[in-house]
Amino acid sequence: MLADKDRIFTNVYGYQPWNLTAAQARGDWDNTKDILAKGRDAIIDEIKASGLRGRGGAGFPTGMKWSFMPKESKDGRPSFLVINADESEPGSCKDREIIRHDPHKLIEGALVAGFAMGARAAYIYIRGEYIREAETLFAAVQEAYDAGLIGKNASGSGYDFDVFVHRGAGAYICGEETAMIESLEGKKGQPRLKPPFPAGAGLYGCPTTVNNVESIAVAPTIMRRGSAWFSSFGRDNNKGTKLFQISGHVEKPCVVEEAMSIPFRELIEKHCGGIRGGWGNLLAVIPGGSSVPLVPADQIMDAPMDFDGLKEVGSGLGTAAVIVMDKSTDIVRAISRLSAFYKHESCGQCTPCREGTGWMWRMMERLRTGDAAVEEIDMLQQVTKQVEGHTICALGDAAAWPIQGLIRHFRPELERRIAENLREAAE
Amino acid sequence: MPKVTVDGAEIEVPAGATVLQACEAAGKEIPRFCYHERLSIAGNCRMCLVEVKPGPPKPQASCALPATDGQEIRTDSEMVKKAREGVMEFLLINHPLDCPICDQGGECDLQDQSVAYGRGASRYDENKRAVTEKYMGPLIKTVMTRCIHCTRCVRFSEEIAGVDEIGALYRGENMQITTYLERAAQHELSANVIDLCPVGALTSRPYAFEARPWELKKTLSIDVSDAVGSNVRVDSRGREVLRILPRVNDDVNEEWLSDKARYQVDGLTRRRLDKVWIRNKAGKLESANWSEAFSIIAKAKPGSSIAAIAGDLVDCETMFAAKQLVNALGSDLLEGRQTGLDYDVSNLAAVNFNSTFAGIETADVILIVGSQVRWEAPLVNVRLRKAVKNGAKVFVIGPEWETTYPATFLGNDLGILNDLPADLVSSFEKAERPAIVLGGAGLAKGALAPLIGLANKFRLARDGWNGFNVLHMAASRMGGLMLGYKQSAGIKDIIAAHPKVLLALGADEVDFSAFEGSLKVYIGHHGDNGAHAADIILPAAAYTEKDGTYVNTEGRVQYAEKAIFAPGDAREDWTIIRALADTLGVSIGFDSFAELQATMIAEVPALGEEGLVDYGALPSGGGNASGVIEAYPIKDFYMTNPIARASETMQRCSAELLQAGQFAEAAE
Repeated sequence: MLADKDRIFTNVYGYQPWNLTAAQARGDWDNTKDILAKGRDAIIDEIKASGLRGRGGAGFPTGMKWSFMPKESKDGRPSFLVINADESEPGSCKDREIIRHDPHKLIEGALVAGFAMGARAAYIYIRGEYIREAETLFAAVQEAYDAGLIGKNASGSGYDFDVFVHRGAGAYICGEETAMIESLEGKKGQPRLKPPFPAGAGLYGCPTTVNNVESIAVAPTIMRRGSAWFSSFGRDNNKGTKLFQISGHVEKPCVVEEAMSIPFRELIEKHCGGIRGGWGNLLAVIPGGSSVPLVPADQIMDAPMDFDGLKEVGSGLGTAAVIVMDKSTDIVRAISRLSAFYKHESCGQCTPCREGTGWMWRMMERLRTGDAAVEEIDMLQQVTKQVEGHTICALGDAAAWPIQGLIRHFRPELERRIAENLREAAE
Repeated sequence: MPKVTVDGAEIEVPAGATVLQACEAAGKEIPRFCYHERLSIAGNCRMCLVEVKPGPPKPQASCALPATDGQEIRTDSEMVKKAREGVMEFLLINHPLDCPICDQGGECDLQDQSVAYGRGASRYDENKRAVTEKYMGPLIKTVMTRCIHCTRCVRFSEEIAGVDEIGALYRGENMQITTYLERAAQHELSANVIDLCPVGALTSRPYAFEARPWELKKTLSIDVSDAVGSNVRVDSRGREVLRILPRVNDDVNEEWLSDKARYQVDGLTRRRLDKVWIRNKAGKLESANWSEAFSIIAKAKPGSSIAAIAGDLVDCETMFAAKQLVNALGSDLLEGRQTGLDYDVSNLAAVNFNSTFAGIETADVILIVGSQVRWEAPLVNVRLRKAVKNGAKVFVIGPEWETTYPATFLGNDLGILNDLPADLVSSFEKAERPAIVLGGAGLAKGALAPLIGLANKFRLARDGWNGFNVLHMAASRMGGLMLGYKQSAGIKDIIAAHPKVLLALGADEVDFSAFEGSLKVYIGHHGDNGAHAADIILPAAAYTEKDGTYVNTEGRVQYAEKAIFAPGDAREDWTIIRALADTLGVSIGFDSFAELQATMIAEVPALGEEGLVDYGALPSGGGNASGVIEAYPIKDFYMTNPIARASETMQRCSAELLQAGQFAEAAE
């Protein structure tokens, strides 16, 4: 279990105020100037050495992402850092806790990361529904400006850096990096074609890096305590600590910072008081937010909670939003509800996702009641394959995977419902 | 020059080409809906998926992927076939199967490609999506349930037309393409989205349920609604022209067409002159036969007191035939500038669009004097917009109009030409390809000579570039000037000569009250102003009903073909003039259309060759400009010629789009 001294987010439960004085007492903004004085390359190297992988879901190495940014502007275009606080994935709620209770970690991280990639400014794109969180963030940014921590000559480093907070309007797709950039530019939130990648032409056509809140917020602590400290947690290739968000049928749902690679059973036992009704009552777990496939109880129990460990059981860590479902769950309905979510949130730009998400949801709704033919399960599987990998962004994949997970692990349940429906119809 | 392999065959493609273009260069057909050469890349239909190595192990949208050296592209693999079938299936699940009642049937991309790339049967059993009707004005009929959201129409409006009128509402499967607030699309190029729409979502409202594409005879022709000379295809059935579509010609109209050129077509069957009319003593027109009319003309014994005025729509052959007749009688009273313009035409290089339409795209500073380009030549406005997108600066002298690009208006007073503002002077001095566009309103105020002076001062004509342009509005203008339809004082010379007989060749914009004493013979096709004033009406052919040569405002010679026969007693114009020559007892040197053309080409060799005419170098000019441009000559874009004025569609457009508000009740 992660010792208290090793926690990065020391105020994640809000026992202390979020404001600057309290944040500084917790160690934030402590000689940020010295961190910046190490130089851009040193910061990127340190982050690379820490093994930090992006906390937004895809798990791309953060240090490497920063290193893609141009070292200097050849044509006078500025660079930008965009921080993705559009946390809309069902199950995810870590960025909310960070912004509510520890916003200065994020703002300091923005300065460190922005400096490391040579960014002129950071745009924090916060989910529209996070009203109180946005208020906190606006206030915290103002505090940091007032204290000279950001703005002209940020933290006395001689580097000019601005932080802007932009509120979204509640579209899930705006959490996709290029859709977020479109939305920031004031357009309809629709993902862009890649290439060009944002590091080449992103916000307003300038080099841009889009990072998750958590990836940015941990950066100053890594710089202070060293990459060796951070990489002492977790297995190879899955280093560091992580905020896990456990929801569903556990005794005490919570958001908790833990070391990566902690076994699922330990995570639940230590922090959540166990599964409701005991371990025998566990049906399945969605370990990384709604867009990863579910994992049945017997496979998840001892799986290490990290990128590779969950990949091995056919799922993914995603945002580490662990959705626990016990045997009282109507699993088909649960997945059908997720399909409805993706149908609702598809931006409508490209064909497979626009048309496919609706079709999949309608089939799922019929499978829920068993009003279908057995062959339709295979057809549904084929349709998910026709969507997956054929779209502009990953929303198509995200809509397909939960259904594929359901069919892979719960096909007998689907067939049982169809048979039962047939029997009832015959009576 | 990257080298790529397409289905095993190695091919070199130009740098910057996409994988789709590489595949096409290799002779492989790539199905697509959203991709269009002249629009930005959207990559949203996902129909053009191909397999590319190196790359992720999934199919890639070839329209958006740059071709790079060493790529291995497969368009025939199992993965590609499956991907196409999948996308096709998705496109069809919510597309209504109403092809039998859809006007796009027979020329529908979705139809064609589902035959070629789709699966045989549907697996979709759910309810299909239905979308409420959208109103896009009198020209565009919408059945938005058929829309496949390729966004070509959205991109056309934004990028080419420069009018943000069409966009997408909502998201996911509820996404709908519509005009903002469901207003009519109000610009001169709106109907091009009908051609762009790959399905039957946007179809032609006036043409709705008229014909199927396979029933139509297709004739290549030239548009006469403005001086651009757009290349068109005339689709006819039997003795009626049903529609006009643009043809691709990158030098002239690319592949666009103005709404007027496209939709004045129903005017060709209305208010037509299909028999001979003679005005009786009571001043009423009475129908008559050809010999009666001819005998009256013969009785007038014009001798050399005869003049001809050419209208805006006539072809060179008609003008040449009339010129032969007038000359044979010993007169050279010929004029085509009906509204009284009298600019100097001694050197045609001074009244030509010298930079060419394609060339004006590359200009870097453009001064527009007295031209409402959007109405006078919508397709030239498209080029100007492109120039601005490439970084050109535009200045305009004349009353303000809504440009589709940033432009600086310098006021109405032409006096500003004598003392140009500093930023215009410095822009002109720095420019590599400076240009001037002079329109009709400027010509009327005598701005030609001062502007030529400026053109010489700022060296608008330099190596490989001549930026001095005059933008005419009449399809017959350049041809007429080449054929000698020019008097030094314009039409005033004709009035002053008091001709006994006046031949009005489709001339409908002339103030005929100045010709009280003349026997006015109107040779034309529509019962418009000219016919109202005429003493004798000889019915002739409209531009779709005769072969002909036209010269556009760039001095580009183009040939149009005859699509259908003229209605009733109407004859092709040259035959009428040939018969008149016999009546008047003179010989004009031809008995057939071929002979007429040969004689014309012998006299004006430039008309014998398709393409740009070389008018030589700019003359010298100068002098002070004065006068104020009060208004532009075109008061109503949809009503500029007799065909358009007779067209119900154009009247509707005029009423609904330009005089909006008055029409709403009548439609209900």
